[in-house]
Amino acid sequence: MQAALHRDLGLTDDEFDQICARLGRDPSYTELAMFSVMWSEHCSYKSSRVHLKSLPTDAPYVLVGPGEGAGIIEVAPGVAVAWKIESHNHPSFVEPFNGAATGVGGIVRDILSMGARPIALMDPLRFGTLDDARTRYLVDGVVHGISSYGNSIGVPTVGGEAVFEECYEENPLVNVACLGVIQDRLMHGRAEGSGNLAVLIGSSTGRDGIGGASVLASAEFDEASSEKRPSVQVGDPFSEKLLIEACLELIGRDLLVGIQDLGAGGISCPTSEMTSKAGTGMKVDIDAVHRREPGMEPFEVMISESQERMLAIVDPQSLDAVLEVCRRWELEARVIGEITTTGRVEVTSEGIAVADVPADALAEEGPVYERRARRPQWLDDLRAADRGDAAPPDLLDAFRAVISSPNICSKRWIWEQYDHMIFLGTLIGPGGDAAVIRLPDTEVAVAITTDGPGRYCYLNPYEGARLAVAEAALNVACVGAKPLAITNCLNFGNPEKPGVMWQFTEVVRGIGDACRVLGTPVTGGNVSFYNETKGRAIYPTPVIGMLGSVRDLGSVRGLGFVGAGDEVILLGVTDPDDLGGSEYAKVVNSTVGGAPPRLDLDALRDLIAFLGETNHLLRSAHDVGAGGLCVTLAESALAGGIGVGASVPGEPHRALFSESPGRVVVSCAPEDIDELLQRARTSGISATSLGSTGGDRVECGEMSVALEQLRGWYEDALPDTLSSSIEERNGRRS
Amino acid sequence: MTARIGIVVFPGSNCEQDVFRATRDLGAEPQMVWHGDRELPDVDIVVLPGGFAHGDYLRTGALARFSPIMDAVREHSQQGRLTIGICNGFQVLCEAGLLPGALRKNAGLKFLCKWVELQVENAETPFTSRAERGQILRIPINHFEGNWYCEPAELERLRANRQIVLRYVDNPNGSLEAVAGIANDDFTVFGLMPHPERACEALLGSEDGITIFNSMIDHVTSKAAV
Repeated sequence: MQAALHRDLGLTDDEFDQICARLGRDPSYTELAMFSVMWSEHCSYKSSRVHLKSLPTDAPYVLVGPGEGAGIIEVAPGVAVAWKIESHNHPSFVEPFNGAATGVGGIVRDILSMGARPIALMDPLRFGTLDDARTRYLVDGVVHGISSYGNSIGVPTVGGEAVFEECYEENPLVNVACLGVIQDRLMHGRAEGSGNLAVLIGSSTGRDGIGGASVLASAEFDEASSEKRPSVQVGDPFSEKLLIEACLELIGRDLLVGIQDLGAGGISCPTSEMTSKAGTGMKVDIDAVHRREPGMEPFEVMISESQERMLAIVDPQSLDAVLEVCRRWELEARVIGEITTTGRVEVTSEGIAVADVPADALAEEGPVYERRARRPQWLDDLRAADRGDAAPPDLLDAFRAVISSPNICSKRWIWEQYDHMIFLGTLIGPGGDAAVIRLPDTEVAVAITTDGPGRYCYLNPYEGARLAVAEAALNVACVGAKPLAITNCLNFGNPEKPGVMWQFTEVVRGIGDACRVLGTPVTGGNVSFYNETKGRAIYPTPVIGMLGSVRDLGSVRGLGFVGAGDEVILLGVTDPDDLGGSEYAKVVNSTVGGAPPRLDLDALRDLIAFLGETNHLLRSAHDVGAGGLCVTLAESALAGGIGVGASVPGEPHRALFSESPGRVVVSCAPEDIDELLQRARTSGISATSLGSTGGDRVECGEMSVALEQLRGWYEDALPDTLSSSIEERNGRRS
Repeated sequence: MTARIGIVVFPGSNCEQDVFRATRDLGAEPQMVWHGDRELPDVDIVVLPGGFAHGDYLRTGALARFSPIMDAVREHSQQGRLTIGICNGFQVLCEAGLLPGALRKNAGLKFLCKWVELQVENAETPFTSRAERGQILRIPINHFEGNWYCEPAELERLRANRQIVLRYVDNPNGSLEAVAGIANDDFTVFGLMPHPERACEALLGSEDGITIFNSMIDHVTSKAAV
């Protein structure tokens, strides 16, 4: 009977045999449930682990690397931040509002588990195209979920991305990154000290999210996926806010030995991981777990993914003080376990042992797969295909199509729904190349951004991954910061398919190579496989979260032009053939094919250094990304409310829409232009004078448009698309 | 003398630290006051900060009005001392009956976080004395329920008594008569949806919020001098 049961829980026959061998007997029902979540793809990284080992993880300023709740980076002497990205893709497709909301809650608790106060969120999102009604419903639900949860817990959402591409139609990507600042001391998720107590703090445990993230995110979707809606957890941001304040107070008063969040895997996760890391064990009495409903089975209590819970390890002498703090914050806190020296997680219910397993077996000894990887043959056809670089019938029409494309246009409709200002630290918020966040009560600021060019990765996963890291680093450099480290969220299809596995290995190789050249180690992240529905996978989509340190607050710089009469210079080289996978090829020529833009990483590294050296000369800086040079110029003009006249040499549509990486449009005062160009010559940086700022038009070569007209195209595109669809929906209903 | 400010913290408040920093940097002496306390410490000004008191469950401010501290806040204002409610604090003051009207969901049914321009309609209040009548203040909003409403007869009274203190230049939420901030009839209690604490530093985009806080600080310190 049990042989069939383990398959229902997502374990293979081999994995079941491994469990039996490790235990020396058949597992109990509760044990099997615990193994099923802890050995799930989502929790165990069984398909990705061997590859992730190849990534660079060290730098003198990396205090904690991968494997903990979040990476910890020292951004200034004595000032450390936590930085981590996660995915909540599968739950958000099944139930967008709660899926996205609980994604925010989960990453915030990861940051909190390190002893850091969460101070900024970013939400990189990917959806299908907006002509699909369900996609519009998903966009609305996901944005509302993030807004509702993030705003309520009082953590600003300072940026992100919104990308619309057919391949995400039935597999939207809802990634979420969080930045925290270490308050009093760095915490570790370790259950040290025999005799210490395990205290479960926060919401009660219910039947919501039984096998939620771990099960949903470890298999493909099919027609029956809507039946999984009860597996999506329900968020309570109010409890999360109280949990943040209570935990930070407990840590600040030095009342805790260790702490870990409860996310995927429920209580099974911290009880096994914290003891495994510490080499201890734990007796768990699940009767003590406060519950939302009666009659829950032991296995349900052990794997429920009810939100807003933390497990704290407490010296018995501190227990009263801990409970008192929790009471004041109106949070339930119950002693559910005691640390032992056995190396085992021993679970009892009504005095009967329901599970007794080695902690290491659950947390560390999960299966590790070296799955078969093979380059898919369709890639040859794709590479050989037309890259979509034919000239447009009308240049201005093409520009309008590109700048009002949902991928390029203003995302104000989204980010105005997010509180992006709380904590008084948002020096640059949504809409910039990177967000710049001043850490509370300091003069230290950091820059954060996310980038994930799925289309480039589809054409060439290795190059696409390098381009992702490169763009993220350049974004951070544009706002006046030095790139330090990345966290990554690797979103892929089914890893059991050799083609997908090949994409994955190529992306990991690309990230590693780029990070080594740029000196930005990987401090952690997340892998999301099985983003595949009815056999159709998403584009390989690594989302890179780059963290940079700002030299001083005076060096922070926006992308908008600052004054009329400034000189406008392009740094970096335009390759007229870099139109493969470009927004122009997609929206004007309806083509995705050929090779992605070519990247010279050494040149990009030099450009980043140059931006740092010439910081005092630059009045604005904006990198050239999707859409090409004309979009960059337009965005700088719109942000500053100042027109620009630029001459662009070469075939117009190639000069304007090429997406060659490693380029930045900067402006400087006329008196500084000579020095800037001289320094560029000395540093071997290509610098081309494009023209100057002023007037109320954006003129790029033979193309010219009034600033206010342009603003309409740029700002109205997204709300118009979404609101017309709402009217359509309402019309249908009446 | 220094203005002493008590910032009431409800479970779910989240702008209390920002108000603390902004008022401290203006030379005032802020301190936190827990909602469960029955007495206020010796303070000149009470601030009900923004956030989601009690999760905004049931209805914004509907649970917070029952917090033990609210009786003390009422008494504080009856003694002629100043109280300001910002955003969620404004909602709580309306629910508690210390300010007229109610705040409904934004007309667009969306949460809105953005910079707005406010026109000062009455500069002869303890909350706006540093401004000129007609002056434009640039201060951000951050709310889902900022669409203020009251009965016509009530509105007439407010107009006659000049209790409409701030109006939006470009009404973002459907608020009646574009009301952004109102006072009670003896001008001891003031509620506004925009967040002045977010506009007290040029680096953040505006210093116009200082006008509000310094008006209140002036009121307290000049009264003490008399």
